[in-house]
Amino acid sequence: MAVPPRTLRATPGQTVGPFFAYGVGYDRMHQVAHPHAPGTVLLGGTVYDGVGAPVPDAFVEIFGADADGVVPRRRGSFRRDDHTFTGFGRAFTNDDGHFEFFTRDPGARPGRAAFFAAIVYARGLPDRLHTRIYLPDDAAALAADPLLRDLAADDRATLVAERMPDGSLRHDIRLQGEKETVFLVF
Amino acid sequence: MTVPTATAPETLLAAPDQASQRQITGEIESLHAELARRERAGEDLPATVHDFPPYRSSILRHPTKSPKLVDPETIELLSPAFGQRDVAAVESDLTIQHAGEPLGERITVQGRLTDSWGRPVANQLIEIWQANSAGRYIHQRDQHPAPLDPNFTGAGRAITNEAGEYAFTTIKPGPYPWKNHLNAWRPAHIHFSVFGSSFTQRLVTQMYFPGDPLFALDPIFNTIWRQKDRQSLIGVYDHELTAPEWATGYRFDIVVDGPDATWFENESE
Ligand SMILES: [Fe+2]
Repeated sequence: MAVPPRTLRATPGQTVGPFFAYGVGYDRMHQVAHPHAPGTVLLGGTVYDGVGAPVPDAFVEIFGADADGVVPRRRGSFRRDDHTFTGFGRAFTNDDGHFEFFTRDPGARPGRAAFFAAIVYARGLPDRLHTRIYLPDDAAALAADPLLRDLAADDRATLVAERMPDGSLRHDIRLQGEKETVFLVF
Repeated sequence: MTVPTATAPETLLAAPDQASQRQITGEIESLHAELARRERAGEDLPATVHDFPPYRSSILRHPTKSPKLVDPETIELLSPAFGQRDVAAVESDLTIQHAGEPLGERITVQGRLTDSWGRPVANQLIEIWQANSAGRYIHQRDQHPAPLDPNFTGAGRAITNEAGEYAFTTIKPGPYPWKNHLNAWRPAHIHFSVFGSSFTQRLVTQMYFPGDPLFALDPIFNTIWRQKDRQSLIGVYDHELTAPEWATGYRFDIVVDGPDATWFENESE
Protein backbone atom coordinates (compact mmCIF):
# COMPACT_ATOMS: atom_id res chain seq x y z
CA MET A 1 0.00 0.00 0.00
CA ALA A 2 1.33 3.41 -0.92
CA VAL A 3 1.70 6.18 1.62
CA PRO A 4 -0.64 9.05 0.73
CA PRO A 5 0.81 12.54 0.39
CA ARG A 6 1.14 14.59 3.56
CA THR A 7 -1.52 17.26 3.84
CA LEU A 8 -0.11 19.33 6.71
CA ARG A 9 3.21 21.04 7.22
CA ALA A 10 5.04 19.86 10.32
CA THR A 11 5.37 22.20 13.29
CA PRO A 12 9.07 23.05 13.54
CA GLY A 13 11.09 22.37 16.68
CA GLN A 14 12.81 24.90 18.93
CA THR A 15 15.42 24.76 21.65
CA VAL A 16 14.34 23.79 25.17
CA GLY A 17 16.15 26.90 26.41
CA PRO A 18 17.81 27.19 29.82
CA PHE A 19 14.80 26.95 32.13
CA PHE A 20 13.18 23.62 31.26
CA ALA A 21 13.84 21.90 34.59
CA TYR A 22 10.61 22.82 36.35
CA GLY A 23 8.61 22.30 33.15
CA VAL A 24 9.64 18.79 32.22
CA GLY A 25 11.07 17.44 35.47
CA TYR A 26 9.12 14.86 37.45
CA ASP A 27 9.65 12.46 40.28
CA ARG A 28 11.98 9.49 39.58
CA MET A 29 11.99 10.30 35.87
CA HIS A 30 15.38 8.61 35.38
CA GLN A 31 14.27 5.43 37.19
CA VAL A 32 12.93 3.42 34.27
CA ALA A 33 13.51 0.42 36.54
CA HIS A 34 13.77 0.42 40.32
CA PRO A 35 17.46 0.90 41.26
CA HIS A 36 17.50 -2.16 43.52
CA ALA A 37 15.40 -4.52 41.44
CA PRO A 38 17.11 -7.59 39.94
CA GLY A 39 18.12 -6.97 36.32
CA THR A 40 18.37 -3.21 36.72
CA VAL A 41 21.41 -1.64 35.03
CA LEU A 42 22.86 1.82 35.39
CA LEU A 43 23.23 3.68 32.09
CA GLY A 44 25.28 6.84 32.55
CA GLY A 45 27.37 9.26 30.57
CA THR A 46 28.32 12.84 29.95
CA VAL A 47 27.14 15.27 27.31
CA TYR A 48 30.04 17.29 25.84
CA ASP A 49 30.19 20.34 23.59
CA GLY A 50 32.57 21.10 20.74
CA VAL A 51 35.55 21.95 22.96
CA GLY A 52 35.01 18.97 25.23
CA ALA A 53 33.32 20.94 28.01
CA PRO A 54 30.47 19.21 29.80
CA VAL A 55 26.98 20.50 29.00
CA PRO A 56 25.18 21.15 32.28
CA ASP A 57 21.85 22.23 30.83
CA ALA A 58 20.86 19.29 28.63
CA PHE A 59 18.50 16.39 29.05
CA VAL A 60 18.35 12.96 27.52
CA GLU A 61 15.35 10.73 26.95
CA ILE A 62 15.51 7.00 26.33
CA PHE A 63 12.88 4.55 25.17
CA GLY A 64 13.82 0.91 25.23
CA ALA A 65 12.31 -2.53 24.86
CA ASP A 66 12.05 -4.81 27.86
CA ALA A 67 14.65 -7.54 28.36
CA ASP A 68 12.58 -9.91 26.18
CA GLY A 69 12.71 -7.46 23.26
CA VAL A 70 9.05 -6.50 23.52
CA VAL A 71 8.29 -2.77 23.39
CA PRO A 72 6.37 -1.84 26.55
CA ARG A 73 2.88 -0.49 25.93
CA ARG A 74 2.08 0.10 29.58
CA ARG A 75 1.31 3.49 31.06
CA GLY A 76 3.08 4.90 34.06
CA SER A 77 6.16 6.63 32.63
CA PHE A 78 5.23 9.78 34.56
CA ARG A 79 3.90 8.10 37.68
CA ARG A 80 6.48 5.57 38.71
CA ASP A 81 5.12 2.69 40.77
CA ASP A 82 8.49 0.88 40.98
CA HIS A 83 7.30 -2.28 39.25
CA THR A 84 5.69 -1.32 35.92
CA PHE A 85 8.35 -1.19 33.21
CA THR A 86 7.39 1.41 30.60
CA GLY A 87 10.77 1.69 28.89
CA PHE A 88 10.74 5.50 28.94
CA GLY A 89 12.97 7.72 31.03
CA ARG A 90 14.27 11.26 31.13
CA ALA A 91 17.45 12.50 32.80
CA PHE A 92 18.82 16.01 33.19
CA THR A 93 22.56 16.53 33.06
CA ASN A 94 24.05 17.80 36.32
CA ASP A 95 26.61 20.58 36.67
CA ASP A 96 29.27 18.15 35.39
CA GLY A 97 27.24 17.32 32.29
CA HIS A 98 26.53 13.85 33.65
CA PHE A 99 23.23 12.00 33.20
CA GLU A 100 22.16 8.60 34.45
CA PHE A 101 19.30 6.15 34.18
CA PHE A 102 18.36 3.04 36.03
CA THR A 103 16.85 0.75 33.43
CA ARG A 104 17.02 -2.75 31.93
CA ASP A 105 19.14 -4.04 29.11
CA PRO A 106 16.77 -3.96 26.15
CA GLY A 107 16.30 -7.23 24.31
CA ALA A 108 16.18 -7.67 20.57
CA ARG A 109 14.79 -10.12 18.04
CA PRO A 110 17.20 -13.03 17.47
CA GLY A 111 20.25 -11.91 15.53
CA ARG A 112 19.37 -8.22 15.82
CA ALA A 113 21.32 -5.65 17.78
CA ALA A 114 19.71 -4.27 20.93
CA PHE A 115 19.58 -0.51 21.50
CA PHE A 116 17.87 2.29 23.36
CA ALA A 117 16.24 4.96 21.21
CA ALA A 118 17.54 8.25 22.60
CA ILE A 119 16.89 11.97 22.16
CA VAL A 120 19.09 14.83 23.33
CA TYR A 121 17.86 18.33 24.15
CA ALA A 122 19.91 21.28 25.40
CA ARG A 123 20.07 24.99 25.76
CA GLY A 124 21.94 26.12 22.67
CA LEU A 125 20.68 23.20 20.62
CA PRO A 126 18.09 24.68 18.22
CA ASP A 127 16.18 21.40 17.89
CA ARG A 128 16.19 17.91 19.39
CA LEU A 129 18.67 15.29 18.22
CA HIS A 130 17.77 11.64 17.79
CA THR A 131 20.38 8.97 18.31
CA ARG A 132 20.71 5.35 19.48
CA ILE A 133 22.59 3.74 22.33
CA TYR A 134 23.49 0.17 21.37
CA LEU A 135 24.40 -2.53 23.85
CA PRO A 136 27.99 -3.65 23.24
CA ASP A 137 27.57 -7.32 24.11
CA ASP A 138 26.56 -9.08 20.87
CA ALA A 139 29.38 -8.42 18.40
CA ALA A 140 27.81 -10.44 15.58
CA ALA A 141 24.50 -8.61 15.83
CA LEU A 142 26.28 -5.24 15.92
CA ALA A 143 28.28 -6.15 12.82
CA ALA A 144 25.08 -7.04 10.97
CA ASP A 145 23.08 -4.02 12.07
CA PRO A 146 21.75 -2.06 9.05
CA LEU A 147 22.69 1.31 10.56
CA LEU A 148 26.04 0.40 12.10
CA ARG A 149 27.41 -1.56 9.16
CA ASP A 150 27.00 1.58 7.03
CA LEU A 151 29.21 3.66 9.30
CA ALA A 152 32.97 4.12 9.54
CA ALA A 153 34.44 2.51 12.66
CA ASP A 154 34.91 5.84 14.45
CA ASP A 155 31.31 6.84 13.87
CA ARG A 156 30.03 3.39 14.82
CA ALA A 157 31.83 3.66 18.15
CA THR A 158 29.85 6.78 19.04
CA LEU A 159 26.64 4.75 19.09
CA VAL A 160 27.75 1.76 21.16
CA ALA A 161 27.81 1.92 24.95
CA GLU A 162 30.67 0.53 26.99
CA ARG A 163 29.98 -2.28 29.46
CA MET A 164 31.79 -1.55 32.71
CA PRO A 165 33.18 -4.31 34.97
CA ASP A 166 30.27 -3.84 37.39
CA GLY A 167 27.77 -4.48 34.58
CA SER A 168 26.71 -0.87 34.17
CA LEU A 169 26.70 0.91 30.82
CA ARG A 170 28.66 4.03 30.03
CA HIS A 171 27.79 6.17 27.05
CA ASP A 172 28.97 9.72 26.40
CA ILE A 173 27.26 12.00 23.90
CA ARG A 174 29.38 14.52 22.01
CA LEU A 175 27.35 17.22 20.32
CA GLN A 176 30.23 18.47 18.18
CA GLY A 177 33.86 17.93 17.26
CA GLU A 178 36.15 15.01 17.89
CA LYS A 179 34.18 11.74 18.21
CA GLU A 180 30.98 13.64 17.46
CA THR A 181 28.00 11.38 18.12
CA VAL A 182 26.12 10.17 15.06
CA PHE A 183 22.65 11.70 15.10
CA LEU A 184 19.75 10.33 13.14
CA VAL A 185 16.87 11.45 10.97
CA PHE A 186 14.12 9.08 9.94
CA MET B 1 43.86 15.91 26.33
CA THR B 2 42.86 18.11 29.23
CA VAL B 3 39.17 18.15 29.86
CA PRO B 4 37.81 21.59 30.67
CA THR B 5 36.22 21.61 34.08
CA ALA B 6 32.61 22.45 34.54
CA THR B 7 31.69 26.06 35.12
CA ALA B 8 28.63 27.27 36.96
CA PRO B 9 25.84 27.01 34.38
CA GLU B 10 24.61 30.57 34.88
CA THR B 11 28.01 31.91 33.81
CA LEU B 12 27.48 30.18 30.46
CA LEU B 13 24.30 32.12 29.78
CA ALA B 14 26.08 35.27 28.64
CA ALA B 15 27.73 35.16 25.22
CA PRO B 16 31.32 36.41 25.51
CA ASP B 17 31.21 38.81 22.56
CA GLN B 18 28.01 40.74 23.45
CA ALA B 19 27.36 41.86 19.89
CA SER B 20 24.95 44.65 19.08
CA GLN B 21 21.38 43.95 18.00
CA ARG B 22 22.24 45.44 14.61
CA GLN B 23 25.06 42.92 14.21
CA ILE B 24 22.83 39.99 15.25
CA THR B 25 19.96 41.07 13.00
CA GLY B 26 22.40 41.38 10.10
CA GLU B 27 23.70 37.86 10.74
CA ILE B 28 20.14 36.50 10.84
CA GLU B 29 19.22 38.17 7.57
CA SER B 30 22.29 36.98 5.71
CA LEU B 31 21.87 33.42 7.01
CA HIS B 32 18.25 33.35 5.89
CA ALA B 33 19.27 34.58 2.44
CA GLU B 34 22.04 32.00 2.24
CA LEU B 35 19.71 29.17 3.27
CA ALA B 36 17.14 30.26 0.70
CA ARG B 37 19.87 30.18 -1.97
CA ARG B 38 20.89 26.69 -0.93
CA GLU B 39 17.31 25.48 -1.10
CA ARG B 40 16.83 26.97 -4.54
CA ALA B 41 19.97 25.13 -5.60
CA GLY B 42 18.23 21.88 -4.67
CA GLU B 43 19.46 21.21 -1.15
CA ASP B 44 17.04 19.55 1.26
CA LEU B 45 17.10 21.68 4.42
CA PRO B 46 15.41 21.08 7.75
CA ALA B 47 12.87 23.59 9.08
CA THR B 48 15.09 24.41 12.07
CA VAL B 49 18.79 24.84 11.41
CA HIS B 50 21.22 23.68 14.07
CA ASP B 51 24.15 25.71 12.75
CA PHE B 52 22.90 29.22 13.48
CA PRO B 53 25.68 31.42 14.95
CA PRO B 54 23.48 34.43 15.85
CA TYR B 55 22.19 32.10 18.59
CA ARG B 56 25.57 32.27 20.27
CA SER B 57 25.25 29.30 22.62
CA SER B 58 24.60 27.05 19.62
CA ILE B 59 28.10 27.66 18.23
CA LEU B 60 29.77 24.90 20.27
CA ARG B 61 26.69 22.72 20.61
CA HIS B 62 25.45 22.05 17.10
CA PRO B 63 26.50 18.89 15.26
CA THR B 64 28.79 19.41 12.28
CA LYS B 65 28.19 16.07 10.55
CA SER B 66 25.09 15.50 8.46
CA PRO B 67 22.53 13.43 10.34
CA LYS B 68 22.29 9.84 9.21
CA LEU B 69 19.04 8.83 7.51
CA VAL B 70 17.88 5.55 9.01
CA ASP B 71 14.88 3.23 8.79
CA PRO B 72 13.10 3.40 12.13
CA GLU B 73 12.78 0.18 14.10
CA THR B 74 9.81 -0.85 16.24
CA ILE B 75 10.94 0.97 19.37
CA GLU B 76 11.23 4.21 17.38
CA LEU B 77 7.84 3.77 15.74
CA LEU B 78 6.03 3.46 19.06
CA SER B 79 5.81 5.95 21.88
CA PRO B 80 5.47 5.80 25.65
CA ALA B 81 1.82 5.19 26.48
CA PHE B 82 -0.33 7.72 28.31
CA GLY B 83 -3.95 7.87 29.39
CA GLN B 84 -6.37 10.51 30.58
CA ARG B 85 -5.71 9.55 34.19
CA ASP B 86 -1.96 10.20 33.96
CA VAL B 87 -2.52 13.93 34.34
CA ALA B 88 -4.89 15.58 36.80
CA ALA B 89 -7.25 18.16 35.33
CA VAL B 90 -5.73 20.81 37.61
CA GLU B 91 -2.39 20.43 35.83
CA SER B 92 -3.75 22.02 32.65
CA ASP B 93 -4.88 25.14 34.52
CA LEU B 94 -1.79 27.11 35.52
CA THR B 95 -3.89 29.74 37.28
CA ILE B 96 -5.22 27.52 40.08
CA GLN B 97 -2.06 25.87 41.34
CA HIS B 98 -1.65 28.23 44.32
CA ALA B 99 -3.74 29.78 47.07
CA GLY B 100 -4.30 33.01 45.16
CA GLU B 101 -4.69 34.00 41.54
CA PRO B 102 -1.65 34.97 39.46
CA LEU B 103 -1.32 38.47 38.04
CA GLY B 104 -1.57 39.08 34.32
CA GLU B 105 -3.84 38.47 31.35
CA ARG B 106 -5.70 35.20 31.76
CA ILE B 107 -5.70 33.27 28.47
CA THR B 108 -6.66 29.88 27.16
CA VAL B 109 -4.50 28.09 24.63
CA GLN B 110 -6.28 25.34 22.76
CA GLY B 111 -5.54 23.29 19.73
CA ARG B 112 -5.35 19.98 18.03
CA LEU B 113 -2.41 17.60 17.81
CA THR B 114 -2.30 15.73 14.52
CA ASP B 115 0.19 13.96 12.32
CA SER B 116 1.08 15.33 8.91
CA TRP B 117 -1.79 13.38 7.33
CA GLY B 118 -4.22 15.23 9.60
CA ARG B 119 -4.98 12.23 11.78
CA PRO B 120 -5.55 13.13 15.45
CA VAL B 121 -2.89 12.07 17.92
CA ALA B 122 -4.99 10.89 20.87
CA ASN B 123 -3.94 10.23 24.45
CA GLN B 124 -0.53 11.80 24.20
CA LEU B 125 1.21 14.07 26.64
CA ILE B 126 1.76 17.80 26.18
CA GLU B 127 3.95 19.60 28.73
CA ILE B 128 4.28 23.38 28.82
CA TRP B 129 6.42 25.84 30.76
CA GLN B 130 6.68 29.60 30.63
CA ALA B 131 7.67 32.86 32.30
CA ASN B 132 5.13 34.78 34.37
CA SER B 133 3.41 37.95 33.18
CA ALA B 134 6.47 39.98 34.15
CA GLY B 135 8.80 37.82 32.07
CA ARG B 136 10.37 35.98 34.99
CA TYR B 137 10.85 32.21 35.22
CA ILE B 138 10.68 30.49 38.56
CA HIS B 139 13.92 28.67 37.62
CA GLN B 140 16.71 29.45 40.10
CA ARG B 141 19.09 30.48 37.33
CA ASP B 142 16.77 33.15 35.97
CA GLN B 143 18.35 36.34 37.24
CA HIS B 144 16.06 38.80 35.44
CA PRO B 145 15.16 41.45 38.05
CA ALA B 146 11.43 41.21 37.43
CA PRO B 147 9.08 40.08 40.18
CA LEU B 148 8.25 36.46 40.85
CA ASP B 149 4.55 35.82 41.30
CA PRO B 150 3.88 33.72 44.41
CA ASN B 151 0.72 32.45 42.71
CA PHE B 152 2.31 31.30 39.50
CA THR B 153 4.71 28.46 38.80
CA GLY B 154 4.34 28.34 35.04
CA ALA B 155 4.33 24.60 34.33
CA GLY B 156 1.41 22.54 33.07
CA ARG B 157 0.48 19.24 31.45
CA ALA B 158 -2.41 17.87 29.46
CA ILE B 159 -3.31 14.65 27.69
CA THR B 160 -4.92 14.98 24.27
CA ASN B 161 -8.45 13.63 23.91
CA GLU B 162 -9.72 11.21 21.24
CA ALA B 163 -9.82 14.04 18.70
CA GLY B 164 -6.25 15.07 19.54
CA GLU B 165 -7.48 18.22 21.30
CA TYR B 166 -5.88 19.87 24.30
CA ALA B 167 -6.56 23.03 26.30
CA PHE B 168 -4.57 25.04 28.83
CA THR B 169 -5.60 27.98 30.97
CA THR B 170 -2.71 30.23 31.89
CA ILE B 171 -1.41 33.80 32.05
CA LYS B 172 0.11 35.49 29.03
CA PRO B 173 3.88 35.39 29.56
CA GLY B 174 5.97 38.54 29.31
CA PRO B 175 9.02 39.02 27.08
CA TYR B 176 12.31 38.66 28.91
CA PRO B 177 15.93 39.69 28.47
CA TRP B 178 18.71 37.17 27.93
CA LYS B 179 22.38 37.60 27.43
CA ASN B 180 22.86 36.37 23.87
CA HIS B 181 23.88 39.89 22.84
CA LEU B 182 23.46 43.45 24.09
CA ASN B 183 19.84 44.27 24.79
CA ALA B 184 18.62 40.83 23.71
CA TRP B 185 14.93 40.15 24.46
CA ARG B 186 12.94 37.03 23.75
CA PRO B 187 9.48 37.50 22.26
CA ALA B 188 6.82 36.24 24.69
CA HIS B 189 6.45 32.49 24.32
CA ILE B 190 5.25 29.27 25.91
CA HIS B 191 7.51 26.21 25.68
CA PHE B 192 5.76 23.05 24.44
CA SER B 193 6.96 19.46 24.74
CA VAL B 194 4.84 17.02 22.76
CA PHE B 195 4.73 13.25 22.38
CA GLY B 196 3.42 11.89 19.08
CA SER B 197 2.31 8.32 18.39
CA SER B 198 5.88 7.50 17.50
CA PHE B 199 9.16 8.37 19.25
CA THR B 200 10.36 9.73 15.89
CA GLN B 201 7.60 12.36 16.20
CA ARG B 202 8.78 13.74 19.52
CA LEU B 203 8.66 17.55 19.41
CA VAL B 204 9.86 20.37 21.65
CA THR B 205 8.92 23.82 20.42
CA GLN B 206 7.72 27.28 21.47
CA MET B 207 4.42 29.02 20.84
CA TYR B 208 4.46 32.78 20.26
CA PHE B 209 1.81 35.52 20.27
CA PRO B 210 0.57 37.52 17.26
CA GLY B 211 2.20 40.80 16.36
CA ASP B 212 5.21 40.60 18.66
CA PRO B 213 7.67 43.38 17.72
CA LEU B 214 10.61 41.20 18.80
CA PHE B 215 10.17 38.49 16.14
CA ALA B 216 12.70 39.81 13.64
CA LEU B 217 15.27 40.46 16.39
CA ASP B 218 15.26 37.04 18.04
CA PRO B 219 17.90 34.50 16.99
CA ILE B 220 16.04 31.56 18.55
CA PHE B 221 12.76 32.21 16.69
CA ASN B 222 14.82 32.69 13.53
CA THR B 223 16.63 29.35 13.77
CA ILE B 224 13.47 28.47 11.83
CA TRP B 225 14.59 30.08 8.64
CA ARG B 226 11.44 30.00 6.49
CA GLN B 227 8.78 32.63 7.14
CA LYS B 228 5.92 30.13 6.65
CA ASP B 229 7.42 27.79 9.27
CA ARG B 230 7.93 30.61 11.77
CA GLN B 231 4.33 31.65 11.16
CA SER B 232 3.15 28.20 12.26
CA LEU B 233 4.56 28.83 15.76
CA ILE B 234 2.46 31.95 16.29
CA GLY B 235 -0.76 31.23 18.15
CA VAL B 236 -3.85 32.59 16.44
CA TYR B 237 -6.14 34.87 18.41
CA ASP B 238 -9.59 33.30 18.14
CA HIS B 239 -12.55 35.27 19.42
CA GLU B 240 -14.61 32.07 19.41
CA LEU B 241 -12.27 30.74 22.09
CA THR B 242 -12.48 33.92 24.13
CA ALA B 243 -14.79 33.51 27.11
CA PRO B 244 -16.86 36.53 28.21
CA GLU B 245 -15.68 38.17 31.44
CA TRP B 246 -13.03 35.46 31.76
CA ALA B 247 -10.14 34.91 29.33
CA THR B 248 -8.96 35.63 25.81
CA GLY B 249 -8.40 32.59 23.61
CA TYR B 250 -5.58 31.49 21.34
CA ARG B 251 -5.47 28.54 18.98
CA PHE B 252 -2.24 26.61 18.51
CA ASP B 253 -2.50 23.49 16.37
CA ILE B 254 0.50 21.18 16.39
CA VAL B 255 1.55 18.84 13.60
CA VAL B 256 4.06 16.12 14.38
CA ASP B 257 5.91 14.69 11.44
CA GLY B 258 7.36 11.26 11.04
CA PRO B 259 8.73 9.03 8.34
CA ASP B 260 6.39 7.16 6.01
CA ALA B 261 6.52 4.17 8.37
CA THR B 262 4.48 6.14 10.93
CA TRP B 263 1.59 6.17 8.46
CA PHE B 264 1.39 2.38 8.47
CA GLU B 265 2.04 2.11 12.19
CA ASN B 266 -0.98 4.23 13.01
CA GLU B 267 -3.24 2.70 10.37
CA SER B 268 -2.75 -0.73 11.93
CA GLU B 269 -3.60 0.37 15.46
FE1 LIG C 1 11.74 30.65 27.39
